Amino acid sequence: MKKIVVGWFVIIMTVLMIVCIASAGSPPVVGGTLPDIKLPIPKDSADKNYLGLGFFGFGSFKIPEIKAKLVIVEIFSMYCPYCQREAPNLNQLYAKIEQNPALKGNIKIIGIGAGNTSFEVGTFKKKYNVSFPLFADENYVIHKIVGEVRTPYFIGVKINSDGSHQVIHSKLGNLEGVDQFLEMIVKLSGL
Amino acid sequence: MKVYSKHVVLVLLIGAFILSFTFVPAAYGLSDAYKNNIYNPGILKSKNSVLKVKIGKPAPDFTLKAVSGEMISLKQYRGKKNVVISFVPAAWTPVCSDQWPGYNIAQDIFDEYDAILLGITVDNIPTLFSWTNQMGNLWFPVLSDFWPHGKVAESYGVLRSDGVSERALFVIDKKGIIRYIDVHDINKRPPLEDIVKELEKLK
Repeated sequence: MKKIVVGWFVIIMTVLMIVCIASAGSPPVVGGTLPDIKLPIPKDSADKNYLGLGFFGFGSFKIPEIKAKLVIVEIFSMYCPYCQREAPNLNQLYAKIEQNPALKGNIKIIGIGAGNTSFEVGTFKKKYNVSFPLFADENYVIHKIVGEVRTPYFIGVKINSDGSHQVIHSKLGNLEGVDQFLEMIVKLSGL
Repeated sequence: MKVYSKHVVLVLLIGAFILSFTFVPAAYGLSDAYKNNIYNPGILKSKNSVLKVKIGKPAPDFTLKAVSGEMISLKQYRGKKNVVISFVPAAWTPVCSDQWPGYNIAQDIFDEYDAILLGITVDNIPTLFSWTNQMGNLWFPVLSDFWPHGKVAESYGVLRSDGVSERALFVIDKKGIIRYIDVHDINKRPPLEDIVKELEKLK
């Protein structure tokens, strides 16, 4: 009896240990798939339409469900000076995509505010007049899943026509030039 | 011998389980602006001081030197501005480094409520100069409570036993009366909306 109790104790401890270590996550790897990230479907209809999540959408969605061939994900924080400096560049990137008929609708951008409340994300959005959807990750849930990266961190996700997806870019730091970044990410995605 | 080895395995597993919690890095969402220059003190005791001030009572006055070289007194805002004091524990540490840069893009909010923000740490001016330079141009004064060490923090009752201050917010109205105190868990950043809610009440 004692042996069985000890045995079960060891098994439970081991499982808990593995779960705990696994939950820390690591940054997405190029060539791999995105970890399981759930985001709330935006209440804002412009954001909802932009993501192509349908009129009746509510609840949550996963990034590969976004109606696009390529999604650029920025992990940012309202409190991060580099993200603040990068905000006008991101707006420029968004504008260049939206003004190019070959890219509009095919490339979408979203931002995830690590450790930011909705109010804080809203403050950032208003301050920099951000046109693409920003999501709050108040309790660092997503930030943990993506390996607690420093900010800003950019992830490029290619979405295939069969619904599968692939990480094509995963990098810390600023864009290093809007045009260069756009050219690089378009090339990588094969758009 | 068999029983002994089983116990060893058990102890090792329990140890590994505890360590797996210890070494999971704390989620700070730290900006890349600071590169690898941030010292991580780990998880600290959430609070380690006894408040000496109360809501509804006058805020103790002080005069401190700002990074700009200017001398700033609390009383200079009397009758003119509401004052938010943000004590942060130390320069070049994780949570502190990502607190004031957020306030830096919220000047409109402070202006809306006719408030000034005063950032205070117990670090010296050269350290504060280097550190705040990474944050961009701050619109609010950053004051050094270095010498006599932590005198102002001590007068408010937010100086910890290891010589750094708490992560604390004080909202002081135009009459110099304390209207809000948040001695926050030192390991966490207070949400911006907490300050906004309190400033709204002063309108």
